[in-house]
Amino acid sequence: MHGLVAVDWHIIWLRIFHPGNVFARALWVTIYISVVSQILGVALGLVAALMRMSRVAPLRWLSGIYVWIFRGTPLLVQIFFIYTTFNTPSFQFGRLWAVPAEATTGILALSINEGAYMREIIRAGIDSIDRGQMEAAKSLGMRHGQAMRRIILPQAARVIVPPLGNEFNNMMKNTALVFTIGVYELFADAQAQYSVALKSEYFVAVAVWYLMLTTVWTFIQAWIERRLSVSDRGEELSFRERLELSWNPLTAWGRGAPHR
Amino acid sequence: MHAENVHKSFGKLEVLKGVSLEVTKGETVCIIGPSGSGKTTFIRCINHLEKMDSGRIEVNGHLIGYRQRGDELVEDSERNIARQRTEIGMVFQRFNLFPHKTALGNVIEAPVHVLGTKKDQAVGLGTALLGRVGLADKIDTYPGKLSGGQQQRVAIARALAMGPALMLFDEPTSALDPEVIGEVLEVMEELAAAGTTMIVVTHEMGFARKAANRVVMMDDGLIIEEGTPEHFFEAPRHTRTRQFLSKIL
Repeated sequence: MHGLVAVDWHIIWLRIFHPGNVFARALWVTIYISVVSQILGVALGLVAALMRMSRVAPLRWLSGIYVWIFRGTPLLVQIFFIYTTFNTPSFQFGRLWAVPAEATTGILALSINEGAYMREIIRAGIDSIDRGQMEAAKSLGMRHGQAMRRIILPQAARVIVPPLGNEFNNMMKNTALVFTIGVYELFADAQAQYSVALKSEYFVAVAVWYLMLTTVWTFIQAWIERRLSVSDRGEELSFRERLELSWNPLTAWGRGAPHR
Repeated sequence: MHAENVHKSFGKLEVLKGVSLEVTKGETVCIIGPSGSGKTTFIRCINHLEKMDSGRIEVNGHLIGYRQRGDELVEDSERNIARQRTEIGMVFQRFNLFPHKTALGNVIEAPVHVLGTKKDQAVGLGTALLGRVGLADKIDTYPGKLSGGQQQRVAIARALAMGPALMLFDEPTSALDPEVIGEVLEVMEELAAAGTTMIVVTHEMGFARKAANRVVMMDDGLIIEEGTPEHFFEAPRHTRTRQFLSKIL
């Protein structure tokens, strides 16, 4: 009731500017879970995309089933399933690198889920490359794998990066879900504070933190895309133009479009 | 190059109905014919970008794409096919340059990563080849900033960089603006004059007249007429040839 009327700005101020060591630890957990899961997700997606294009039919089916299941079921269900399956005493791989077991299973679930989405993005990227590129590479004596690695994937990367950036943006927000299996990350920290003081302001503060993470990522993404856009296009978008596009929610969708 | 009774169908459509052709070292042969006559499919069979259904093709004495097993031909391993292709240069209608690499990057890519040539050696070779096609000042330019004619010349240099025994040209000027066709043909004429073995699918009869030793007319999946360029200009035998030539000349 009072929450709407009188916002306790002091709490928000404190949580943003003097959050403390426990918070710093939680922030770090959120960041590394996001980064590690995204990297593993891309790797899984790449493997699944290559399987999807394989000449061996069972590999294609496997890839199809993988995407079908992990895009077709809730992430939260997947997290609980993987946590309860793998976080058993007989399967304690979690203590590696002093990472808590919950975090490891969380990363596992997030990356497997992400891999299913990345497969589609990577496949679309590879498909967008003209067939003539593979033919030219082969006519120069390259084998399929080599042509893929040296000719197709570098070009596909430029198509893949913008949607990949958006995936990572989602990933950072999705990490909040692993709070449910007991990982002490940003949202768990906010929840812990809240449960003591029962003040909604803690959630406002944590939202601001997420917003800061995604905003910083926007800058990094624009920089990466800038680096990747070699001068094969007539006119390039400048760093500033990309930022402007990504700031404006109405034009943000246009970022991935080819600017030929 | 030696092709014998090459057959190829796409589904029910029989595109090649038994094509045989002999091209000797140093010869330039132009293949002409209406679209759909199978000339592009045939030239693509020569480096196994298209799998023929039956027949045999040899380049430089090597069977292409297949291995002899008893009386049968079985498809060769990817490694062997790739190796055979290093002896055959291909220039495409739509250039197919690698857009993420500079002109020089395009030219040295395969020598370095397929043949294992040392980088500085390949750069020397690539620079020389780009100079030969008149693009010495464009070595660091990306394909996107080159005109169609320049791109096609880079593509020719790229194919030459492998030191091929045979060069295939698949309608190399068909995607070009009229004003830049000349610069590409000029390069090709020079190659022919220098004794490069070439098979050229083209409609450029001017090129055929100047550079070709022999012209081959294809129609409906078959070679219907073969002769010197003069023969084709003066006294083509076949009605279809006459009809076709009257349309393009």
